[in-house]
Amino acid sequence: MRPSFKVNARSENRLTITQQVIQQLINGISLGSVYALIALGYTMVYGIIRLINFAHGEVFMIGAFVGYFAITVLGLPFIAAIIIAMVFCAILGMIVERLAYKPLRKAHRVAALMTAVGVSMFFQNAAIALKWIGASPKGFPRVIEVQRYHIMENVSITSDRLLTMGVALLLMFLLQFIVHKTLMGKAMRAVSLDKDTAQLMGINVDKTISFTFALGSALAAAAGVLFALNYGVVVYQMGLLPGLKAFVSAVLGGIGIIPGAMLGGMLIGIVEVSVSAAGYSMVRDAVAFTILILVLLVRPAGLFGKNVREKV
Amino acid sequence: MPVLETTNLCIRFGGLTAVSDFNICLEDGELVGLIGPNGAGKTTVFNLLTGVYEPTEGAISFCNEALCSAGKALQPYRITMKGMARTFQNIRLFKELSVIDNVKIAYHQNVKYGLLPAFLHAGPYAAEEKEIEKKAIDFLEIFNLHGKKDEQAKNLPYGEQRRLEIARALATNPKLLLLDEPAAGMNPQETSQLMELIRFIRDKFKLTILLIEHDMALVMGVCERIYVLDYGKIIAHGSPAEIRCDPKVIEAYLGEAV
Amino acid sequence: MKRFQSLLQILIAVGIGLFLQVLINNGMINPYYAHVMTNMCIFITAAVSLNLINGICGQFSLGHAGFMAVGGYTAAIITKNTSLFVPAMISGQPRFFLATLIGGIVAAFIGLLVGLPSLRLRGDYLAITTLGFGEIIRILLLNWQFVGGASGYFGLKKYTNFTWAYILAIITIVIIRNFIQSSHGRACISIREDEIAAETMGVPTTRYKVIAFVIAAFFAGTAGSMMGHVNRMVSPASFTFMLSIEILLMVVLGGLGSISGSVGAAIFLTFANEALRRFRAFRMILYSLMMIVIMIFRPKGLLGTKEISLHDINKTMTGILTKFKRPVKKDNPVETSE
Repeated sequence: MRPSFKVNARSENRLTITQQVIQQLINGISLGSVYALIALGYTMVYGIIRLINFAHGEVFMIGAFVGYFAITVLGLPFIAAIIIAMVFCAILGMIVERLAYKPLRKAHRVAALMTAVGVSMFFQNAAIALKWIGASPKGFPRVIEVQRYHIMENVSITSDRLLTMGVALLLMFLLQFIVHKTLMGKAMRAVSLDKDTAQLMGINVDKTISFTFALGSALAAAAGVLFALNYGVVVYQMGLLPGLKAFVSAVLGGIGIIPGAMLGGMLIGIVEVSVSAAGYSMVRDAVAFTILILVLLVRPAGLFGKNVREKV
Repeated sequence: MPVLETTNLCIRFGGLTAVSDFNICLEDGELVGLIGPNGAGKTTVFNLLTGVYEPTEGAISFCNEALCSAGKALQPYRITMKGMARTFQNIRLFKELSVIDNVKIAYHQNVKYGLLPAFLHAGPYAAEEKEIEKKAIDFLEIFNLHGKKDEQAKNLPYGEQRRLEIARALATNPKLLLLDEPAAGMNPQETSQLMELIRFIRDKFKLTILLIEHDMALVMGVCERIYVLDYGKIIAHGSPAEIRCDPKVIEAYLGEAV
Repeated sequence: MKRFQSLLQILIAVGIGLFLQVLINNGMINPYYAHVMTNMCIFITAAVSLNLINGICGQFSLGHAGFMAVGGYTAAIITKNTSLFVPAMISGQPRFFLATLIGGIVAAFIGLLVGLPSLRLRGDYLAITTLGFGEIIRILLLNWQFVGGASGYFGLKKYTNFTWAYILAIITIVIIRNFIQSSHGRACISIREDEIAAETMGVPTTRYKVIAFVIAAFFAGTAGSMMGHVNRMVSPASFTFMLSIEILLMVVLGGLGSISGSVGAAIFLTFANEALRRFRAFRMILYSLMMIVIMIFRPKGLLGTKEISLHDINKTMTGILTKFKRPVKKDNPVETSE
């Protein structure tokens, strides 16, 4: 075992490439889990009603705020706060779907997209207008003791990051279980493949779509609380960039495909963290957009997607 | 010289072979039918011919010019410019545009004035627009639609919409016209009017016509030759009389007593 | 007859502009309102050009602010650096005009670069791609120290005034309206109505989508230049996604495909912006609700694809006047039911 205290800056103290890579991988997967949770909401909604839910990033933000209030005002422990945020946003997601998206199910996709943009703007500005939130950022309380665990020399992970990865993984397992092992999950898959036939087979399409929104929103809410825990801040526009990056993740993995969203989220997280570490943090956000454009131009179906031709 | 000739045309969508070993040959001026059960691949064939789909295998030759082979296909608008026009199973008119504007689009491929005269409404713009207008009105008169020339296409009754779609396709001055179920949704009287129209346009415009249809009265009454498609393969080919008696066709599609 | 009518419309528009400018010059309209009216003209240019892509051609661009930024920054670089790209001989106001033109051309070129690969994509994917490009442009400008980076490019002279902005708006409206009424414009509309049918009719659809995109980008660039030279600066913060959304709202409100609708909505929303300036968050909530309600109940916008022409105004006026003139007869003969 080498002594951990070094006087001179010799090569033993410098991070090796492997150590750097592993550290960035860990950081990236932690961030990526958050993106993956949000991306799942995008991908499920797109899979079932072919809508890019622009307002999904705002659900992430609202979840973070609900968690914030649960902890600061109601004094609840962290796990309870996440659960409350998830329930609140699940209900909110269902309400938004019923009020704003359901009337447009038969309309042009672009009309639905514009409505989603409207909903997104609405939530952001409602957050600003509300007295308890306002335009300035609020500090998210440190609810867990931050401990650093060393995995190997110069590679460590903090407890909040570990918690994030753990919770995200758990939720993703739960989601896979719901989608593949329950009746509702089967209904979800059926409706995404063929809405009309599913209806003819006796599936309540409206309920299935509501359920999908509820699931997606709950995951985004959890992501919001985890993100707030990691970065210590909640603010009205916190949903914009993570939302867009999560969307890129969903597209990268193959929009409409659940494992794709998970993988895409991880990849985007890793890329983003690496770009920052390489010193290009100023253009970090542009990297996500560049990936989006490249995917859409080169392989729009994404990593796991199949090319579906339009029937003429 | 055949107007249209396909060689072993085949298309696969993932694991599904929609059309295979498709070999047809159309001579100048013929009126040929393509029939078969639903899902047999008839519209897919049209989409292959017009360049909407790229074939997985095989070749298409139009007026002795290769339109495509596996790996490379001409874009649909180029194929139209070469002289192939089509109508669609579900009418695809430009709904918000007027009847006359629908026809004017057909003349766009021949338009000579560029963007600058368009921006300024100067130079050759006025004269050419006048010419286009006159050509379009004259054309609509042939089809008895000139009276409604400024109506929005979506306001026309169904039969007239079908007629407009055919007129619009003809306005592109094609050598080969592909009609996809033109009689869909028509009553017997409208269908016999359509038969008259088809014979009329073939003679007046010196066309070759390939026709997809389920209405047997129309097919047997108007077509000189018929190809029968089932599960993407041609199962029979011949005159209406031959097809009517062909046991394979009867089993797959016609049923007894036609 | 049509030619005469359109010339008459242009003359009337010019007349109104002259009238307003005279009012401004004599102080009867105070400088604050003059500024608002100038902004209104800039927004008209931006909205009408966006309508060409979204309304006439039926595509969906969410990156219009990006083109405005390209035009604004290009023009700013030219006017501020008196010997760059344009010889120093040309200076002052004429330099500004040339800079605006070049700004438009550069924006058009960027439009070509963005449009060529993107316009193969369908509706919502195209929207996100244009959004992405708009953001990339903004982030690149944020990091470009030559033009001030995040702080922006300051010290531009106030070359824009109501007259020039108004003239630009008129030119934009005339050129785009002329385009729509030509065979090329019809080709774009056919793409909107049914892209597959248009392709089958011999219209090279991707080419025309790109053409519409490039034309729109040009005018957006000129609008950006006007904007920069009335605010005396350009910064990445003035060309955000929010700006693209505000212009989109004007197009959607007025009618996707209606030039007169875009003009009306741009005028209305510019003044509404000013009136509600104090209530920033509330205003945006109102706009977002407006967007949602319009999309649910009237997705084609207030005017849809219809235009208001002099003829229509004439007809409406006559209709209203006749209602006032004729008294209601008491003893009407019994009418047969409809």
